[in-house]
Amino acid sequence: MASYEIEIILNRQLADCLSIPVFITDTDGNLIFYNEPAETVLGKRFEETGEMPVAEWSTVFKPLDEHGKPLHPEELPLVRTLTDEYPHHKKFYIESLKGERQHISVTSYPIISRTGKFLGAVAIFWKLKEK
Amino acid sequence: MKIKLWGVRGSIATTGPDTEIYGGNTSCVTIAHDDYVLVLDGGTGIRQLSGSNYPSHQRIDVLLTHLHLDHIQGLGFFSPLFDATKEIHIWGPASSSQSLFSRLSRYLSPPLFPVLLRDLPCKLFLHEIGNSQFEAGPFLIQSNYIIHPGPTVGFRVTYRNAVFTFLPDHEPALGNNGIIKESRWISGYDLAEGADILLHDSQFTPEEYSHKRGWGHSTINDACLFGSLTAVQRILLAHHDPSHTDTFLDEMFNSFKKSAGTIPPASLAKEGTEIDLS
Ligand SMILES: [Zn+2]
Ligand SMILES: [Zn+2]
Repeated sequence: MASYEIEIILNRQLADCLSIPVFITDTDGNLIFYNEPAETVLGKRFEETGEMPVAEWSTVFKPLDEHGKPLHPEELPLVRTLTDEYPHHKKFYIESLKGERQHISVTSYPIISRTGKFLGAVAIFWKLKEK
Repeated sequence: MKIKLWGVRGSIATTGPDTEIYGGNTSCVTIAHDDYVLVLDGGTGIRQLSGSNYPSHQRIDVLLTHLHLDHIQGLGFFSPLFDATKEIHIWGPASSSQSLFSRLSRYLSPPLFPVLLRDLPCKLFLHEIGNSQFEAGPFLIQSNYIIHPGPTVGFRVTYRNAVFTFLPDHEPALGNNGIIKESRWISGYDLAEGADILLHDSQFTPEEYSHKRGWGHSTINDACLFGSLTAVQRILLAHHDPSHTDTFLDEMFNSFKKSAGTIPPASLAKEGTEIDLS
């Protein structure tokens, strides 16, 4: 199996140094890395799960709007970035499998290589303090 | 596949009695087959490809890992560029903003150099590469971007079953915990995997590296760890720091050997060394 492009590798190395939760996906949305702070959001450890197919990790938490209504996948920043290759941002709620609700701010950006090739996406999840 | 090291010093040419053994010229290696010569990097070592070392083949390919001065400074003194009978192909990493021609012209133009790149007498062809595969003479070349400041590639040169990998400037350990020990997450892995010979950056001692993270270079320890993870047969440690004398390099290498576990055979790259890989 070929190794990842250095743009992906450097994003992982950077994420590994940060205290904000960072998720890195390939162009299909498969989760190829999440850092330690992201482990608490996901409730799983990267060392144990390794890479996770999109169908698996996208069901770990449910995205909800401010009224508790489920959000369509197309409204989520990461899904939009994977579709249009642009950065996106949104505040919304997530509910874990245990039913815990959390207000979060998500920013996603595409990883576009030096040669202009779309390689994957990064999503930063920031837990918001309730007012 | 005859490999010759014409320059293995990093950063700046460093001549004098203290660098006589390992050499003072900056990055340049040739790989020859019959009368065809492939040139890797155009550091000051390239100037020696003249006189009895003048490549006789009409076509010459020069592969540049990147455009830091220690890798291109010799280009202006590479005599075949001034020979109208020669066809010269220069291959260098693409950048996201400027062409290879305009980046090379920054050096090969007044006031830094008297002759303009476009006025060179040879037939000159420039090729922009990235994660690419191409042929040069009898050799199959793979290039990939690797971790080093600015657009930088490494090369895997294959002839039949023989493989030489050239990563003179490379910092695969950049990050919180150094090299991630999974092949998919190692910069340069595909270039080096199973190579007969890997020439790799080993500029710093671990102590020096602790102050110079992100400068784009490696320690002997990381170069050998990289060589071990990629299962190469032999490692040539190169890009010697200009401040490291022959004595210092020997001490640095010996102290590393005492502490090292099982690694592929490694030695300090020495200017003038010839290796026949066929
Ligand atoms: Zn260099
Ligand atoms: Zn460099």
